[in-house]
Amino acid sequence: MNPIIEVTGLSKSFGEHTVLRDINMTVDRQEVVVIIGPSGSGKSTLLRCLNLLEQPQSGDIRIEGRSLLDKTTDIREIRTEVGMVFQQFNLFPHLKVVDNITLSPVRVRNWPLEQARAKAMELLEKVGLPEKAAAYPASLSGGQSQRVAIARALAMEPKILLFDEPTSALDPEMVGEVLGVMKALAKEGMTMVVVTHEMGFAREVGDRVVFMEGGVIVEQGPPEELFDKPKNERTRAFLSRVL
Amino acid sequence: MRDGTVAHVFSGKRNGRGVMVLDFRFDLIWEYAPYFLGGTLLTIGISIVAIVLGAICGLLVAIGRMSQRWYLRVPMKAYIHFFRGTPLILQIMIVHFLLVPIFLGSTNAVAAAIAALALNCAAYSAEIYRAGIQSIDKGQMEAAMALGMSHTQAMRHVILPQAVRRMIPAFGNEFIVLIKDSSLVAFIAVPEIMYWANSMRGQYYRMWEPYMTAAVIYLILTYSLSKLLAYVERRLGK
Repeated sequence: MNPIIEVTGLSKSFGEHTVLRDINMTVDRQEVVVIIGPSGSGKSTLLRCLNLLEQPQSGDIRIEGRSLLDKTTDIREIRTEVGMVFQQFNLFPHLKVVDNITLSPVRVRNWPLEQARAKAMELLEKVGLPEKAAAYPASLSGGQSQRVAIARALAMEPKILLFDEPTSALDPEMVGEVLGVMKALAKEGMTMVVVTHEMGFAREVGDRVVFMEGGVIVEQGPPEELFDKPKNERTRAFLSRVL
Repeated sequence: MRDGTVAHVFSGKRNGRGVMVLDFRFDLIWEYAPYFLGGTLLTIGISIVAIVLGAICGLLVAIGRMSQRWYLRVPMKAYIHFFRGTPLILQIMIVHFLLVPIFLGSTNAVAAAIAALALNCAAYSAEIYRAGIQSIDKGQMEAAMALGMSHTQAMRHVILPQAVRRMIPAFGNEFIVLIKDSSLVAFIAVPEIMYWANSMRGQYYRMWEPYMTAAVIYLILTYSLSKLLAYVERRLGK
């Protein structure tokens, strides 16, 4: 089967500063790919290119065979298939939890409100927060906020979920509850691309780990290979600093 | 003491012990009360219409000002610069003697007053909208985009509802400034509060009664408005 995401020759720079050079990678259906690397290595930028929150200068990104950079592609339609979870949650503070989740299904997918609400409650059960449906985001802890953000992304029934350092803004005791939800999703067969500093998660849940540094993919492979027998010197140096 | 001395002009007179006391003619104010009442209603009416029109036009100006397209952005920037960078009294004169006659054939003081105040208000409102919108964290727009929303949907359902709350204090301030600035339209003979104060001074050659009356009326208007706005802010601030 064809990979669900294909990135070829992708380059991105902000002004003079090149962030990504000639990135090639693929993600298969139901695969969990974890991207690790030092800060400034371009891993978040790569992730944000996958739903075109960042516009790359050259190369191509194909989701289910459709090029994101093709002028005839409706990027909004692709974004409904590719959910994203942010480091800072980015919940909508003026809306209750349940309305955060139903907003896009109702406005973008044109679901009836009843159907969207039923789906939202089902997802809140799934992330373990059904009692927070009527709460405002300001009253939630970081871990709860991120779980709501995951439910919000799932409400669009995406085929792929992108996670941009989902636990980096959390207090240590809240990391576990978010990783728990992500593990459950991986087990259900969700295709996931995760940028994270959680090496334990990468090893346990990742089907493949990608190590980036200086805007290039230095090395990638199954977690046991990359963590235990890294081939590249830069990978070894990074792992010795974080493990 | 009615001999035209300085003491007389300031309505002061000496009592039996030679101490200055104010000679304040409430009866004159009473006589002018119907005119002041009409003037007050006109001030309120002009201000409300001008702020409503100004807020609507201001939103359009702000959208143009923030546009990626230079042919929208540049004129709107120029518009804002002009109306923030020239005296309001000059704008009133231009609208009254130049713009309104072009559109209506002859001029109309009330229409000119409303138009000038609304145009001025639109320039300031545009900057209030822009500041409000730009104060919203960019993660909000990104989250909306990532959920498949269009730019318009994201603005309408995510950005503006949050931005409006932050704009309320600035809009309240703008409304209060506009009420006070509306006194300038007395120059083009719009019979609002200031106009009647001037005409009362002209008729009786007295300063204290007309201007203190006008001051009290403006204070009542602005103070009630600021109380009302504080209430709205508290209700929406949650």
